[in-house]
Amino acid sequence: MSTQASDSTAAGPAAFQPETRTGRIADYVDQRVGGTNMVREFGRKIFPDHWTFMFGEVALYSFVILIISGIFLTFWFDPSMATVEYEGKYAPMNGMEMSAAYASSLDLSFDVRGGLFMRQIHHWAALVFVMAMSVHMLRVFFTGAFRKPRELNWVVGCALLLLGLGAGFTGYSLPDEVLSGNGLRIIDGILKALPVVGTYMSFFLFGGEFPGEAVIPRLYVLHILIIPGIILALVVVHLFMVVLHKHTQYPGPGRTERNVVGYPVGPVYAAKAGGFFFIVFGILALIAGTFQINALWNYGPYDPSPVQAGAQPDWYIGPFEGVLRMMPGWIGDIPLEFVIPTPWGGNTVATPVLVPLIPVGILFAGMFVWPWIEAWISGDKRDHHILDRPRNAPARTAFGTATVTFYCILWGMGANDLIATHFDLSLNDITYWSRVLIFVGPVFAFIVTKRICLALQRKDRETVLHGHEAGVIEMKPHGEFTERHRRPDDYELYTLVAFESPEPSGPVPNAKGRITRLEKLRAGLNRWFYEDRVAPVSRQEYLEALEHDHHDGHDDGGLEAREQQQIGSGHH
Amino acid sequence: MKALSQKRRHPFAGVALLLLGLLMTGGLYAAATTINEAQASSEAQEYSASDIDEGEKLFAANCASCHGINAEGTEDAPSLIGVGAASVDFQVGTGRMPMQMQGPQAQRKPAQFNDEQTQQLAAYVASLGAGPSVPGEDLLDAEEGDATRGGELFRINCAMCHNAAAAGGALTEGKFAPSLHGVEEKHIYEAMLVGPQNMPVFNDANIPPEDKQDIIAFLKTYESQGTPGGFALGSLGPVSEGLFVWSGGLALLIGAMVWLTSRSS
Repeated sequence: MSTQASDSTAAGPAAFQPETRTGRIADYVDQRVGGTNMVREFGRKIFPDHWTFMFGEVALYSFVILIISGIFLTFWFDPSMATVEYEGKYAPMNGMEMSAAYASSLDLSFDVRGGLFMRQIHHWAALVFVMAMSVHMLRVFFTGAFRKPRELNWVVGCALLLLGLGAGFTGYSLPDEVLSGNGLRIIDGILKALPVVGTYMSFFLFGGEFPGEAVIPRLYVLHILIIPGIILALVVVHLFMVVLHKHTQYPGPGRTERNVVGYPVGPVYAAKAGGFFFIVFGILALIAGTFQINALWNYGPYDPSPVQAGAQPDWYIGPFEGVLRMMPGWIGDIPLEFVIPTPWGGNTVATPVLVPLIPVGILFAGMFVWPWIEAWISGDKRDHHILDRPRNAPARTAFGTATVTFYCILWGMGANDLIATHFDLSLNDITYWSRVLIFVGPVFAFIVTKRICLALQRKDRETVLHGHEAGVIEMKPHGEFTERHRRPDDYELYTLVAFESPEPSGPVPNAKGRITRLEKLRAGLNRWFYEDRVAPVSRQEYLEALEHDHHDGHDDGGLEAREQQQIGSGHH
Repeated sequence: MKALSQKRRHPFAGVALLLLGLLMTGGLYAAATTINEAQASSEAQEYSASDIDEGEKLFAANCASCHGINAEGTEDAPSLIGVGAASVDFQVGTGRMPMQMQGPQAQRKPAQFNDEQTQQLAAYVASLGAGPSVPGEDLLDAEEGDATRGGELFRINCAMCHNAAAAGGALTEGKFAPSLHGVEEKHIYEAMLVGPQNMPVFNDANIPPEDKQDIIAFLKTYESQGTPGGFALGSLGPVSEGLFVWSGGLALLIGAMVWLTSRSS
């Protein structure tokens, strides 16, 4: 091919000569941007295939939809708290005085062509965005995908989740109606509850006494520029780290810690992922076109005096709302609030507002540091690319479920009034019981989940050693009834036996040969984590089971079983 | 018929049958309940002596066991002397009285008495002592009211319990503010006037008659405009939206994911 290697040093070993015009243009561009190498590298990247791996993709796509619909909304939305008279098409508001922000939100809903749809798709996409991130995070947690080397990417993900909450809350506050104003009033209340500095912080945020005239323009900058900018940057980091670490995979035949079994990006995944964007877009468009969200014309222009029944934040702020609703202000006749005497007259410490921040703070801080906590407890410093089935990490799964239960109780309490009306319950009773449940519920969830995991593991052992019940009852010549068992095939067998079940490791002495108090704590937690365990079936046990099978004449199943039977059939 | 019998083992046959059954039950129920609905009411401010007599008989037979034979009240129920015709018309007209059972709050149900009987009862109770009377038609005409002003008054005075979209809300100890959708103009007016159950009284000094009319105008305008954005999910705000996205939305997305990652077989 390269017979005419000339004196030109730039020419490669085989200078490609495109034949068509399109080819020449493509080649021209390629020589200057080097697209071929990128496609070659990235297009051959292997990704494993499982539906649970797609929640992150949903989050990414709904973020793209948020940006597209959000840009549309910025063309009409006026982030100003200046008073205007509404003159739009919505009759029950005609001639009312309101802020320009609310008036332009009403215009977007009733006077801008397609505006209501764009508002609704933007809001639904926001709910889906945070939901997809949350479910993605739960998937990563329960399968142990956050372990080394992916701890830092877990932290990036946690930051993305928090930024998602921030983006959602700032957006929720922009239309300046009574509902969003109530939300801001809570933020104002929380800030003012901070002793000494609280009132200053509130005045700084709102540019004076609440609500002031500065907060909507400020939130707008956060909502459309700063927060999405940081999200975008972190999404890039997140995806870059996924490519760098390679994707994790579930256990299965041929899957090891040193490979990835799946399909390459090009062409299958590129098409699937591209198509999936449009599926997500389609689902969101369907929902936005048929289901009303945030009917802001109901709430009326913001006025600090009214609070309407059913005033709630969007779902992802629900637990914050719930913890405030749950916290008692008085215990019996004793108020929880107290005053610190100071030379200038005393500072009120609004404990009923401050105490609820503690569990929520621990929840989110714990989320960030969990990979290191677990690694410290387990003492496991190895890389992990094969995922855990949740049942094979019973303590982690149980801990996760307990945390989810804790979250869900707070979340549900954010809607305690609607639970009361829709289930004919007393609002007071729900609140009292939730104060018990918040302590008992997670413990109960932990115990039950752990038992379920161990039971499922025993069931897996049973399946490996004895096979599946085939539903065929046989009668022996001497009258004994037995049920036939079918051996699991190789794929299933691999999934059922390929896991580790560490035993409690006990305290390890340090370099000086002493066991520190911290090490004792670690060993204690380690025992709590691993003392209840079901060991995977060993090769020896499996072979013995096959031997036993062979005598009973069971159905053949896995590879080993067939080999054994072939050998066995020689004897008969 | 043959085509139908061939498709009876189709995977969706069960679903189709279930849907058909649900539709038929729902349709029959809807038809049955509309037949039972109360007829439109007519007004009469002046009560005749015979109305009062008939009302007294009805009262003795249906109300006296709790409210006392002279409507003086007992341990179970309050005195009705001076509550006025408007109170009777509201409580009996919306089916709240006679009460089905003791509970945190009397529930709305199909009215037990027809309009004539309700009027007779109202006449009797009105004869016991002066109280608010049933509002005349001229105060109830929603066309006359100012919906914008009514909306503002509603959001300031009513939405705290009844929700901004008048969908209702919770009160303490199992009590609740009901949804106002489909409530007759007369009953809305009377409720403001007399403050039934746990509702405060909004008398004419507090909210003058023309303002009450504005509120009715707002509620009726709101009701007739429908929900511009599609299904309103109960108009309950972010909770029902969140519930929907975590159920329907998530199910649709997971369905698409499973479909995309399934192997062709």
